[in-house]
Amino acid sequence: MAVTRHHFAGALGAFLLALAAMPSQSAVLPEDRADMLYHRYTGGGVTVDGPAVLVRKKLKDKYSLSAKYYEDSVSSASIDVQTTASRYSEKRTEYGIGFDTLQDKTTYSINYTTSTENDYDAESAHLDISHDFFGDLTTASLGFSQGWDTVGKNFDDNWVDREVDRRHYRASLSQVISKDAIINLAFESIIDEGSDNRALGNPYRSVRIYDDNSDILSFANEQYPMTRNSDAWSVKARYSLEDKSVAFSEFRQFTDSWGIDAWNLQVGYLYPLTPEWLLEGRVRHYEQTAATFYSDLFSADDNLNFYARDKELSTFDNNSFGFTASYERKAPEHWYVSKGRASIMYDFFMFDYDDFRDARKQATPGTESMYSFNASVIRLLLSVWY
Amino acid sequence: MNNSNRQPTLWRLACLLGMAFAISACAGVTPWVKPYERQNLASPTMAWSRDGLSDGYMHHVYQARESSRGSEGGSGGGCGCN
Repeated sequence: MAVTRHHFAGALGAFLLALAAMPSQSAVLPEDRADMLYHRYTGGGVTVDGPAVLVRKKLKDKYSLSAKYYEDSVSSASIDVQTTASRYSEKRTEYGIGFDTLQDKTTYSINYTTSTENDYDAESAHLDISHDFFGDLTTASLGFSQGWDTVGKNFDDNWVDREVDRRHYRASLSQVISKDAIINLAFESIIDEGSDNRALGNPYRSVRIYDDNSDILSFANEQYPMTRNSDAWSVKARYSLEDKSVAFSEFRQFTDSWGIDAWNLQVGYLYPLTPEWLLEGRVRHYEQTAATFYSDLFSADDNLNFYARDKELSTFDNNSFGFTASYERKAPEHWYVSKGRASIMYDFFMFDYDDFRDARKQATPGTESMYSFNASVIRLLLSVWY
Repeated sequence: MNNSNRQPTLWRLACLLGMAFAISACAGVTPWVKPYERQNLASPTMAWSRDGLSDGYMHHVYQARESSRGSEGGSGGGCGCN
């Protein structure tokens, strides 16, 4: 049975909706371009890899169409799986289509995405409007997304599928500060509504309950609130230096109705080694507090409405670093494509948990060492412009 | 009028004056970066995201492992990487 897949799946629902929040730089349609990506995540006993393809084509310089295919192949023996379930593997496929149109200085975007796996389906629709003003130095964007998820559970004939509605409201402002600098301010509010107390959680995961008196450890299904409201704001900046290199940074703060407060900071540097070669390095720090209903080990005396043992709801931090190397060449005049680029991107993550214990250890419950793990992501990207 | 009523009124008045000042200040401001000065800004390296597809994948990785969500930012509006 799978106990980590639903955080991936739940995150997917939010992810599908969140991507439309991306700030625009000016009122231009996306370039005619095709991207082919291979992605691979490994860490904590989990491997997720697969291909992704995104194709864009303009029509009459006023419209742009896009189509996307994305695939995840998951093989999981995570700590959750090792402690309360058995290893699993599965595949998720995602399809997306998009339409953009440029009218004067305003860009309108509509996107639709659908994703399926054997126990989780997600659909989402997005509407975004972006407008340039103040001599094209300022871009204001507004967006709304609606998502519909269906939460299933394998190997359980008594399970009744749960429904989750997700709504995203977002706004952002990009401002040219000088001939070398630009900043972006963004805000996004997200509302999740589940059909019952197990809709927003993971149907496979259990909490641990320990009875001090009898020294008995038992397990129970997680119970989550039916709603989750969250707010996030961010500020991003990019600065072009004398040698055409670029320094960039991003800060984000997050809070939600489950009691989680988080922030992350990323800084990076992009350096054009030659006209063809481009190098980038980046470091990132993330930390969060735990949800109010999270505990690594509940007591038999606890009388709570909600309880969870999802390590993503615990107190932890994540430090990561990464680099990118890309090689770009123009195509000969008579070719259909105008240029091509090959990129390799590598990121390494270090997760350290403050109140999530490694329950695989043989010890009295509540005395195990804290859990930590490292992970890495590699992305290979081939892009062509036409 | 007692003190408890006066304070919010003064606060609102101060906000209105502040907004009026800000608007009047903006009215005299003109775009300070001319079109011929924007070659650095127009460089692909200054885009919020050079590769929407692969950056979108990283947002997915973060959302699967961290509780934060929203205001990720990245590529241009309607990047088609949903």
